[in-house]
Amino acid sequence: MTKMTYREAARSALREALRSDPRVFLMGEDVGRYGGAFAVSHGLLAEFGPERVRDTPLSENTFVGAGVGAALGGMRPIVEVMTVNFSLLCLDQVVNNAATLRHMSGGQLSIPLVVRMATGAGRQLAAQHSHSLEGWYAHIPGIKVVAPGTADDARALLLAALREPDPVFVFEHSALYPMEGEVDEAAGPGEIGRAVVRRAGTDLTVITYGGSLPKTLVAADLLAAEGIAAEVIDLRSLRPLDTATILASIARTHRALVVDEGWRTGSFAAEVSARIMEGGFYDLDGPVQRLCSAEVPMPYAKHMEDAALPQPATIAAAARAMLGRDG
Amino acid sequence: MTLPSRERGLDLLRQMTLIRRFEEKAAELYTVGKIRGFLHLYIGEEAVAVGAMQALTPDDNVVATYREHGQALARGIPPGAVMAEMYGKANGCSRGRGGSMHLFDVSRRFHGGHAIVGGGLPVAVGLALADAMQKRAAVTACFFGDGAVAEGAFAESLNLAALWRLPVLFVCENNLYAMGTALARHQAQTDIVRKAEAAGVPGEAVDGMDVLAVEAATRRATASARGGQGPRLLEARTYRFRAHSMYDPDLYRGKDEIERWKANDPIVRFIAALRAAGRLVDADLAAIERSVAAEVDAAVAEAEAGPWEPVEDLLKDVYTPPGRR
Repeated sequence: MTKMTYREAARSALREALRSDPRVFLMGEDVGRYGGAFAVSHGLLAEFGPERVRDTPLSENTFVGAGVGAALGGMRPIVEVMTVNFSLLCLDQVVNNAATLRHMSGGQLSIPLVVRMATGAGRQLAAQHSHSLEGWYAHIPGIKVVAPGTADDARALLLAALREPDPVFVFEHSALYPMEGEVDEAAGPGEIGRAVVRRAGTDLTVITYGGSLPKTLVAADLLAAEGIAAEVIDLRSLRPLDTATILASIARTHRALVVDEGWRTGSFAAEVSARIMEGGFYDLDGPVQRLCSAEVPMPYAKHMEDAALPQPATIAAAARAMLGRDG
Repeated sequence: MTLPSRERGLDLLRQMTLIRRFEEKAAELYTVGKIRGFLHLYIGEEAVAVGAMQALTPDDNVVATYREHGQALARGIPPGAVMAEMYGKANGCSRGRGGSMHLFDVSRRFHGGHAIVGGGLPVAVGLALADAMQKRAAVTACFFGDGAVAEGAFAESLNLAALWRLPVLFVCENNLYAMGTALARHQAQTDIVRKAEAAGVPGEAVDGMDVLAVEAATRRATASARGGQGPRLLEARTYRFRAHSMYDPDLYRGKDEIERWKANDPIVRFIAALRAAGRLVDADLAAIERSVAAEVDAAVAEAEAGPWEPVEDLLKDVYTPPGRR
């Protein structure tokens, strides 16, 4: 185990992939000379050269589509879209090509494409740079969606994505890049589609992923000090979604709170809630609750942004309310 | 026009005639409900696909649009597999999942059948990138219409291909209408070659009603792209004789304009040229029509006899099964 940041862990996976497979290359905005907008690819241009670490124009739709084409042509492209906000400009290639070509061609094609992007709020970047739209992507059959919430997963899930024969979208939460954690660089790829229990508990299950995971773990500490044992599930993968792990936990705790930085309406949290209703209704002692971002374009001022996002205190408060422990 | 040998001339004529008769049959089958969905006919534009395809090798990639029956047949996808696809049958070239707009044949490097205007261009750039990175000499021919030049993907893809000197042949089939909107009604700069040149892609306009001119221009462009000199654009000036799709009442262009273009029918014109040069006699024409009719009949029979994909396979191939690539 090595202590490193989420950013370094993602870089470790990129480096390992570039070293071990000559078909792998990285392309995206400022991944080369600049070193990556979030410095994830820092140093990779010097090590692997401009053929394999490619700076692209600001043409999201075309370089993601070129990733689709390069994958069809036998390469293993890793495309970095700087942030999820800019990925709105490549949705055509994602939804109409990456996700469809295999099925629509009668199974003739595979698209082993990895698309990475930063997601999330919390850095006072205001309404156009703070989206959490991974839930939208999870709506689309034909692609897979992962969202690492720990440094170890930033590495393991990226390596797992590179093993997949189909497009995988990796959402790295921008606020987590400097977060340190223990990373096992000798471990192989993680498993896409498997959630993990990050903290065991008996009183309620809090289901979350990505940037909300560290906040939820802090909330669980707060609750523990009050004698409330919260179980914390890290989804890790939004598509496929590991419903079995969620339902097994609910069967033990009988209460479920979903924490998601996306907006509440039509959210990924709604999907999780619906799955619990469909498969675990009779295990529940009360309604499933959701804690999501406030339904506003993200404000710039820090106190307002803080208020718009799930926070340890609000997560703990939601848990208390579910247990009738409003203080 | 410099005419090819009698044998090659007759072959080009046969290919164009196959597309024409195949599509006439498809239109007929559409009216009786055998083919559903959108059906976009290529009739009038046959010289473009047939001419361009002559310059491609089996290692080259083709990316096409939703008006791609001509490219598919000229690339060698068997007519039966194309017709079965339009029927939605499991023996179709896309197992009935794609229909008329989404013909695929990976064995012929025919990568669709793209029905979002401009959506194929980035994919073509990526295919060419894969070839370049793997040191293959292949070219990717990317067909699109004049409507696509309005899309951001056109500007982005030409730029990226030029920036990275990728072997893409952009073939703009300029039939003058983006569905019902004339080029001059949606572009301030209507000269598509100049647009390409602005992006750093050398271009050439060619008479798209002349199969030999298209072939010659494509050979020039592919030789250059293959030689590592980066992408080229070919603007084939052509015209569709039929409406945009089977739903289109064709209200946006005059009958006289259509008739003027029909007088320049690429098949009629090529027959006349071959005949004038003594390389075709009436018996040849009759033989071609007979063999094409038999081929179209066989394609229809294959489609009629084909099985439907079992409903149990509905979710098959959304993802690649474990262990398969």
